[in-house]
Amino acid sequence: MVGAEDKYILELQGISKFFPGLKALDQVNFNLRVGEIHAIVGENGAGKSTLIKIITGVHQPDEGDIFYEGNKVIFHNPTVANRYRISAVYQQPASFPHLTVTENIFLGHPIIHSATKRLMWKEMRQEAKRLLHSLGSDISPSATMNSLSVAQQQIVEIAKALSVNARVLIMDEPTASLTKRETEDLYNIARKLRNNGVSIILISHRFEDVYEIADRVTVLRDGKSVGTWKVSEITEHDLIKAMVGREINQLFPKSTVSLGKELLRVEGLSRVGYFSDISFSLRAGEIVGFSGLVGSGRTEVAQSIFGIAPADEGKIMIEGKEVSIKNPMEAISYGIGYLPEDRLEQGLFLPLSINDNVTISIIDQLTNKGWLNPPREYEISNKMLELLQIKAPGIFHPVSSLSGGNQQKVVVAKLLAAHPKILIMDEPTKGVDVGAKAAIHRIMSDLAAEGLGIIMISSEMPEILGMSDTIIVMHEGRITGVFSRFEATQEKLMEAAVEVNRSTPTPVIS
Amino acid sequence: MKRQNSLSDRRANITFKWEWLLVILIIGISIVNGRLSSHFWSYTGIMDALSVFLEKGFMVLPMALVLIIGDIDISVASIVALSSVLMAMSYKAGLSMVVAILVALATGAGCGYFNGLLISRIPGLSAIIVTLAGSSIYRGIAYILLGDQAIGGFPSWYSYLAWGYIGGTHIPFIIVMFVGCAIVYGLLLHRTAWGRKVYAMGINPVAARFSGVPVAKIKQIIFTLNGLMAGVAAVFLTSKLGSSRPNIATGYELEVIAIAVLGGVSPSGGKGGILGVCLSLILMRLLRYGMGLINVPGQVMMVIIGIVLVGVVMLPNIFGARRGRKRRLKEAQ
Repeated sequence: MVGAEDKYILELQGISKFFPGLKALDQVNFNLRVGEIHAIVGENGAGKSTLIKIITGVHQPDEGDIFYEGNKVIFHNPTVANRYRISAVYQQPASFPHLTVTENIFLGHPIIHSATKRLMWKEMRQEAKRLLHSLGSDISPSATMNSLSVAQQQIVEIAKALSVNARVLIMDEPTASLTKRETEDLYNIARKLRNNGVSIILISHRFEDVYEIADRVTVLRDGKSVGTWKVSEITEHDLIKAMVGREINQLFPKSTVSLGKELLRVEGLSRVGYFSDISFSLRAGEIVGFSGLVGSGRTEVAQSIFGIAPADEGKIMIEGKEVSIKNPMEAISYGIGYLPEDRLEQGLFLPLSINDNVTISIIDQLTNKGWLNPPREYEISNKMLELLQIKAPGIFHPVSSLSGGNQQKVVVAKLLAAHPKILIMDEPTKGVDVGAKAAIHRIMSDLAAEGLGIIMISSEMPEILGMSDTIIVMHEGRITGVFSRFEATQEKLMEAAVEVNRSTPTPVIS
Repeated sequence: MKRQNSLSDRRANITFKWEWLLVILIIGISIVNGRLSSHFWSYTGIMDALSVFLEKGFMVLPMALVLIIGDIDISVASIVALSSVLMAMSYKAGLSMVVAILVALATGAGCGYFNGLLISRIPGLSAIIVTLAGSSIYRGIAYILLGDQAIGGFPSWYSYLAWGYIGGTHIPFIIVMFVGCAIVYGLLLHRTAWGRKVYAMGINPVAARFSGVPVAKIKQIIFTLNGLMAGVAAVFLTSKLGSSRPNIATGYELEVIAIAVLGGVSPSGGKGGILGVCLSLILMRLLRYGMGLINVPGQVMMVIIGIVLVGVVMLPNIFGARRGRKRRLKEAQ
C-alpha cells in the first residue's frame, strides 16, 4: 500500500492530538504532493496551528502516522523535521532582529572552512546574495533584520529555507501584513518555488491567497479534516460552508429579555494602526457579539474602552454622559468590567488564593478605615464561589491548582464582585471544557436578564450566534457588518469577516 | 470553617517554614557565639550585638517592598552618602541640627522620588538601569560637594541617636526606633489594602493593572519610601560615625539586598514578608558578631556571608526538588 503513495512527499494519516481538556486534532488526514501548493483553511481554533506544529516536529501526535516519501517517520523534535528539509515561514518572522540577513540565513548551518574551521563570511554573503536574487530580491546581505520590512523579512526566511534546500515549505499567514504589491511578489515567489519542485503548505485566512496560488485546499473544522478539494473545483461559497458547516449542537441559553436604557454608546472610536471609526451602542440586557478573525481589532477596541490603551479619537458615552477613560481604574469606577482573553497573563494571580483574586479590584471598598477586613472579603468570595459554582475546596485554595474552566470563573467572579453595569468579555470560553462553557453561558444570560450590558468578543461562530442580540463583524480594524440575532447566519458572518478585502466586490447579501 | 486565610496570612504560611529555618539558624549561631564569648549571653551583650548595624535595618524594610514588586534599587547606599553630606553641610552652614536632619530625610525622599519617577513613568527604563545611574549620580554629587573632607562636630545630643539608651534603661534608642519602623512596615504590607496590591503587582503586574491596581503610583511611592529610609539610615549612621564623608555606606546596597533575600523575599517578586526580613537581619548580625569574636578578617567574613546567603537560599529548593522527584516517582509507579 505504501508504495502506491510515493507521489506524496508528505502524508499524514489519522493524526490526533490531545491537550488537557481539549482535542486539538481528531483523526486528521492530509497529504502533500511534490511540487504543489496546498492550502489549509479553517476558522480560528480549527487546528491549523497544531497541525503545522506536528509537521514541524514541535508537537508529537498522540495518534496517527506521518509518511515522508512513503516511509513512516517520527518527528521527535524540530531538528528531525529540519533534517527532512521541512521549513516554515511565519507571519511574524521569528528571526533575530539585531543580526544581519546573512547571519539569519546561515544560523544553525554556517559555511565553515573544512580545515581551519573558520566561518567563511565572504562565501556566506555571496550565497545569501545569490539566494535572494533567485527570489527576485535585492536585499543587502549585510543589512540587519530590523531594518527590513515584514515582507523583506519573509523573503529572508524563504531564502533561509532555500539555503537548506527545503523540500516542504510551510507559509503561515504569509500575506497577513503585506501590501497588495508585496503580496503579488510573494505569489510569484511561491509559484516559482513550486515550479522548481518545492511543495508548499499555505495557511491563510484570505481566500484571495487560496484562489490565486493554491492547487488544492484542505478544510479543517473543530480539529477534524472536512475534506480536500482541487481549488478549481470548489466555489468560495462551498468552501465557506465547509469551514463553518457544523450544526449548533450546544445549547446557548441566552434568554430573550426586553432591552432597557442605553448603557454605553461609542462613536467614531479610532486608534491609529489598530482600529478606526468604531460606532455602536449597548443597552441594558443586551449582549453585543463582536465577531471577526483574530487580529481584526476587536480586542483593541475592548481594551480602549477599558482604558488599557485609550483611543486617539472618538467618544465614549456611559448612560448618556460622555466620559474620558484613561486607565482601568477609571473604567472600573464607571462600572465597566473586562474579562481579558489571556486569563493567565492578564487576569489571574496564580499563587494567590481564590479570595485574594476575587477581591483585588474592590479591596479598597472592603477595608475598615484602610485596614484589611478579612470577614468581609470571605463573605464576598464565598458568595461568588457559590454563585458561579466554582469547584474548589474553599476560597483559600490557590488559583493555580484549579482547572481552566474554574480559573476562568474566578476571573469572572473578580469582575462581578465589582458590580459592573457593563461587562466586556474577550473570548469568555476559550480553552474551557464543555461543562464550564455551558455554565459561563448561563451566567452571562442571567447577568443580561438582571440588566447588565455585555460586549462579547468571540471567535466561535456558534457562541456568537447563540448568545448575541446584535452581532458586529470586524475586519482589519473596521466594522464590516452588523446583524441582528435573527438575520445572522454563519455564512454571512464569515463573508463579512473575510471577503471585504477581496479584489472582486463583495456579493450583496439579501 | 477551618481558619485558614487570605494573602497576608496564607503568605505567612508559606514563609512560615522559611522563618522557622531562620530561627533555627539564629539559635545555632547564638549557641556558638555563647561558647566563644561568655559576655554574649548577657542582656547588654545581646543588645549591643544587635544594635551595631541597625542603620542597615532601616534600609532593609523598604527594600523588601521594592523586591516584592519585582524591582531592585542599588542606589540606596549612595543616597545615604548624599543625605549624610547634605545634612552635615547644612549644619555647618548654620542651620540647627533638627533642620539638618530634616534636610537628610528630604534628600533621601527626593532621590527616591526621582528614581521612582523615571522607573514608573518612562517606558523602557528599568529599575536596575535607573538606580545604577542613580548610584553613581548621588555619590558623585556627594564627592563634588565635599571632596575628601569630612564634616564632624555635631551637637552632643546627636550622638544619642545611635549610641544612647532610653532614659534609665538599657534599651538602645536605635532598637526602639527600628522596631517601631518594622511594625509600621509590617502593618502596611500585611494588614492594609495597599499591601495586598503590592503583592498582586509583584506576582503579575499586567493582571494587577487590568484589575485596577494603580501600578505606576504604587511603584512611585515604594521608591520614594526607599529613598526616605536611606535618609533615615544616613541620620543614624552619621550619628554613629560622628562625622560625614562622601564614602560612607559604600557597599551597603548589596548587603541590604542580601539580607532581604535571606529573609525570604524573592527578587523576582511577590514573595516574602517583614518578619522574615527582621529575622534575617538578626541572623546576619549574629554571624558577623561571632566571626568578630574569633577574629575572622573582614575579607574572609565577606566570603563566608556570601556562601551563607547562597547556601540558605538554596536549601528549600534542594528539598523542594527532592520532594518533587519523589512525588513524580510515586505517581509514575
